Amino acid sequence: MESEESQMSKSEFKPLSQEALRLIDREIAKYPAGKQQSAVMSALRIAQQEKGWLAPETIEEVANYLGMPPVAAWEVATFYNMFDLEPVGRHKITVCTNLPCMLSGSLHVAAYLKEKLGIEFDETTADGQFTLKEGECMGACGDAPVLLHNNHQMCARVSKDEIDRRLAEWRSQ
Amino acid sequence: MLEIEIDGKAVQAPDGSTVMEAATLAGIYIPHFCYHKKLSIAASCRMCLVQVEKAPKPLPACATPVTNGMKVWTRSESAVKAQKAVMEFLLINHPLDCPVCDQGGECQLQDIAVGYGGNASRFHEEKRVWVNKNYGPLISSDACRCINCTRCVRFTAEIGGVQEMGQAYRGDHAEIMTFLGRSVDSELSGNVIDLCPVGALTSKPFRYRARSWELTRRRSVSPHDAFGSGLVVQTHRDAVVRVLPLANDELNECWLNDKDRFSYEALASEQRLTLPMMRRDGDNWQTVSWQIALEFIASTLRDVVKEQGGQAVGALASPHATVEEMFLLQKLVRGLGSDNVDFRLRRTDFRADAVRAGAPWLGMKVVDIHDLNDVLVVGSFLRKDAPLLCQKVRHSALRHGLRVHTVGPNAENWLMPMGTRALVGPTEMVDTLAQIAAALAKETGKTLSKSLAERAKGEPSEAALAIARSLAEGEKTAVWLGNLAEQHPRAAELHLWGQEIARLAGAAFGFIGEAANSVGGYLVDALPGAQGLNASEMIVAPRHAYILLGAEPDLDFVDGAATVAALARARLTVALTAFDSPGLRQAADVMLPLAPFTETSGTFVNCLGWAQSFNAVAPPRGEVRPGWKILRVLGNLLELPGFEYADSESVRAEALPADVAAKLNNAIGDVPAAEEIAPRAGSLQRVTDVPIHFADPLVRRAPSLQKTKDAAAPAARMSAATLAQVGVAAGDKVRVTGVGDPVELVAEADEGVAPGCVRIAAAHPTTVALGPFFGELTVERV
Amino acid sequence: MSAHALILPKFDGDGGDVWRLENYVARGGYEVLKKIVAEKTPAEAIIAELKASGLRGRGGAGFPTGLKWSFMPRSFPGDKFVVCNSDEGEPGTFKDRDILRYNPHAVIEGMIIGAWVMGCTRGYNYIHGEIFEIYQRFEAALEEARAAGLLGQNILGSDFSFELFAHHGYGAYVCGEETALLESLEGKKGQPRFKPPFPASYGIYGKPTTINNTETFASVPFVLKMGGEAYLALGKPNSGGTKIFSISGHVSRPGNYELELGTPFAELLQMAGGMRAGRKLKAVIPGGSSAPVLPADIIMDCTLDFDAISKAGSMLGSGAVIVMDETTCMVRALERLSYFYHDESCGQCTPCREGSGWLYRIVHRIEHGMGREEDIDLLRSVADNIPGRTICALGDAAAGPVKSFLKHFEDEFIYHIEHKECLVPPARQEDGFLIPDYVSRPC
Repeated sequence: MESEESQMSKSEFKPLSQEALRLIDREIAKYPAGKQQSAVMSALRIAQQEKGWLAPETIEEVANYLGMPPVAAWEVATFYNMFDLEPVGRHKITVCTNLPCMLSGSLHVAAYLKEKLGIEFDETTADGQFTLKEGECMGACGDAPVLLHNNHQMCARVSKDEIDRRLAEWRSQ
Repeated sequence: MLEIEIDGKAVQAPDGSTVMEAATLAGIYIPHFCYHKKLSIAASCRMCLVQVEKAPKPLPACATPVTNGMKVWTRSESAVKAQKAVMEFLLINHPLDCPVCDQGGECQLQDIAVGYGGNASRFHEEKRVWVNKNYGPLISSDACRCINCTRCVRFTAEIGGVQEMGQAYRGDHAEIMTFLGRSVDSELSGNVIDLCPVGALTSKPFRYRARSWELTRRRSVSPHDAFGSGLVVQTHRDAVVRVLPLANDELNECWLNDKDRFSYEALASEQRLTLPMMRRDGDNWQTVSWQIALEFIASTLRDVVKEQGGQAVGALASPHATVEEMFLLQKLVRGLGSDNVDFRLRRTDFRADAVRAGAPWLGMKVVDIHDLNDVLVVGSFLRKDAPLLCQKVRHSALRHGLRVHTVGPNAENWLMPMGTRALVGPTEMVDTLAQIAAALAKETGKTLSKSLAERAKGEPSEAALAIARSLAEGEKTAVWLGNLAEQHPRAAELHLWGQEIARLAGAAFGFIGEAANSVGGYLVDALPGAQGLNASEMIVAPRHAYILLGAEPDLDFVDGAATVAALARARLTVALTAFDSPGLRQAADVMLPLAPFTETSGTFVNCLGWAQSFNAVAPPRGEVRPGWKILRVLGNLLELPGFEYADSESVRAEALPADVAAKLNNAIGDVPAAEEIAPRAGSLQRVTDVPIHFADPLVRRAPSLQKTKDAAAPAARMSAATLAQVGVAAGDKVRVTGVGDPVELVAEADEGVAPGCVRIAAAHPTTVALGPFFGELTVERV
Repeated sequence: MSAHALILPKFDGDGGDVWRLENYVARGGYEVLKKIVAEKTPAEAIIAELKASGLRGRGGAGFPTGLKWSFMPRSFPGDKFVVCNSDEGEPGTFKDRDILRYNPHAVIEGMIIGAWVMGCTRGYNYIHGEIFEIYQRFEAALEEARAAGLLGQNILGSDFSFELFAHHGYGAYVCGEETALLESLEGKKGQPRFKPPFPASYGIYGKPTTINNTETFASVPFVLKMGGEAYLALGKPNSGGTKIFSISGHVSRPGNYELELGTPFAELLQMAGGMRAGRKLKAVIPGGSSAPVLPADIIMDCTLDFDAISKAGSMLGSGAVIVMDETTCMVRALERLSYFYHDESCGQCTPCREGSGWLYRIVHRIEHGMGREEDIDLLRSVADNIPGRTICALGDAAAGPVKSFLKHFEDEFIYHIEHKECLVPPARQEDGFLIPDYVSRPC
């Protein structure tokens, strides 16, 4: 399922904003001169934050900006699983289902989210609001069950009430 | 040297060797897939696991350095157990479709599976499926057969110069692909076919043509660029179906460029001329017997000589013709009393002929490029003109810090780190070299040669200064002149200044050379004598009779339009040609079916001065005859002395000096400065390249190569500034007007073109009318 | 009581500003660094102290830290690098996240000391992708340190300069392997490099590089402050000092507990509030998901130190203790772990690339009632064919759980195959999966 919005973003390619490029420059500055390829993960992350997902055109723009072959940036984008190579909803929810989280209720969290949103893993709600993903260990097993909102916001020890509250909050954003 | 023991055998291996290298030296085979001696080590297929004394687990032979006293077992129980396990893993997702796989019979996976594979599979799950890719017209993809060895990926990055292929995704989803399904466009792309140890990458033109064990293999030599790569030409039922590299570490190693690999397709072209043809009443062409054709030629030539004198005859040979053919051609016209013979069909300045010491060549060995600190390349489209020579330079630039400098109107991407590029128009090239020489003299404390000292005027440009400084600093250096420099209207002066720079820098000095036999043409004296006319003069001052050997008048000359006109006006133009073509039908009166390199024996002398002889790999098609035989018979019919050759070897024996190396010499004496005419305001200078897949009659007719990006139709390429100057946008249709008829092309932005210049490819029907390679053009939007 | 609070500071609630520079300094932070810089303490002396402390790498492999630091070529003329591995993604492991969250300056101080000892000019902390907020906090801590003259050019007015940056991962477990981490840091796929050469001679950008775990770096200031001998005395011979144990799964109070090495497992379990809902302990994975699982009776007799766990047939690893109670179906537990390794294999070496997927598919079939009689032997054989034959240890890690689950719980697998269902009734399993009754924390 794809939202109209994301369908549109597939066909119309806009280059990265000056703000995104400024953030990328800040990442490049962390590495020695000539080693700007080291910033590719950050640059792709920044691009994904701005665009919602990584269209091939975006990956190529990042590659060109960093002076690396597009296929090398493509390798990176396909290797790390937090990069979205397909359009996702405004809110991507990634539920860790790995063993420690599973032992502490993540399967119930996943089932509850599926029921509330009416979608399965790797699907997006018809209104383009939510995408549900199954994630691997997020390194927070002591706070299980955990989920991740748009890659960057971790919600720990989530209960059903917590999920209800969060969904309402995100929906209203 | 280190002493080790492999499988109980004492082996000596140089310091720094791996177990794999030591085993190879000792003639011990260790199974492997990802390892390749010319690529970086991946150590990922794990097929080469061997047992090493004191190591708790098996180690990959390809990545394990040898230490003194090391004991290795390649077939011990632990080694074989590991190898068999790896083989099982490789096969679980492999389609096992050998019966329909082109790699069958020459597949490393198949071969090694015989020794290490099981009889039945324990894998009961669904096999992984990958979608086949479209890598372009040359490489066929069967993705499911891939074992992820990444040789192809490493090749594009390390040898090709830019990573075009990649391994995307991870785990058992890891998949070889290009970005967005783009084609692999490297001029060296075909090598990934050889590198692929399985049938995942195979030759598209060869697809399903034959099984490898049905093929007959014969050695040959590339008839294309001056590098002269060694070939293994494979035939099936007398037809050439595949060309592979003949490995030679002092030349092409185990690589071939795509032109050498795929041009064979032209041998089956519908345009192959298989019977002699003669013009009858205007444009009506008829096939005739050899006897009628040859008798007609002989009698007409005799008449011309009788009526107009020997000098009325001119002979023009393609630089792709063999030593034997060129030798007999010059012997024939000299026998007729003419000194008009030449093979340098795209040259315009012949002043060096009077002061030349010998046959121009590269001036150094290929293997010595490895140790160079600096190379100055003047007027060259090196990457496309001599892809494997370029690859040697790239290797040294990437691995050993070779600084590569250029002077010329072009600065296209050679896919390697570059030193200084002096991007100047053709009219500024002589001055730029003079500036470099003057600055170099200053840097090195040496003095310019007397005759040149007064010509070096003005302050050196920043680029000239940088090049001079770098050359002065480099211990081992070289100066090469490329095709554009040889075709330049002041080629002799570029030669002179190049020589001066090399002298001051203590550099090797040489020429890259245009074609397979550019050196051979000099050695056999296929050159105008003192009274003779050169290739250009023979067109400017038309002859009554021409003999054209292997060249197309419209596409192989510096001014195709003028050449066609001159030849068409002659009483007799005889073309020895492998192909029929509209240009030949316009210019010639008789076309004789000439054997291409696969159907004749012959010799090419490459830019290193290697005289490489080859035999026919297939019988001549139809009534086709080898060139040396045609010329021999013509000599006989004309009753010229010394044409009694039994075979091509006896021609070669007479043609080539006993000591070829002694005749190689790039030195020239003084050449006076020509007046440089500054271009008129509002006009642009033409910059001309001969694209890789248009360069000779054979490659022009190779269908798969003609579908590559390198065979795109010529455009009018200019820098953004130049585009703006003439008020044209990239993508606009433009009318380009030179001395000839105007042509219409699409304008393209290209920052690799010098300011004030427009780069337009030659050797293509759409640009022939424009006229010569150099000079002024106007560009206007249509 | 064997609990200590060296690395993880004591705090109430969500920790508030406990991470800030001023609070770290108030706890005695950066004193060691200041002393070293002021006294120009020779590198040899610091290495000797670390060796004396018995400090072993806290990332999982347990390599002696002093020894590792001594491998860096002292006379190498160019740039040298020090890298912190905070790419914590092994199921069960979550200590580095808390260290960076509550005590980032301990890591920074440890890295600066490392740079001093090894002559490094630049450092990176590679932080796990999913903990972006922690990455941001570390960036903030770096800013504080720079502003205070603790990082950058002429540290504390000396001629010692060191630049330190945070690098954010983006979802690849394998990057926790140090050479995969280096590849990733160079902007490539995280595919491990074969060794030799080791990072100490050929690390990031081909330059000498030392990589240590977050907890290791964070321990360094404390080791040096109390002295090697005293630190060693906290733990056991060959397992010096304190260690953070991350306990997760079916316990009442999962979380991080900093203990002296050698503390009995039973004591840790008790600190974690015992088994959730009073259920019975079934099995424990004592050192992160790659460590072999141990049944209740074995683990209950173990102390938590490198040697004891190893003797019991598993590994202390990163100190990540996953606790499973009697409601756990071991086939299902293994299926999830096998899926993880299959999903996270980098795809480079044949045995791991192909074998991890094969293992998962077989376990998946068994779990879903499609097991075949010969599958147990096949699983064992495939799992035997991977370890020791790959570039990195992920292959071993994929095979390890399969082997240990079969070793201790083969009957459950056989039951699955024979009965097409689980020995543990599904409803009982659901009980075990229930969301524990935590107080939800704001995030």
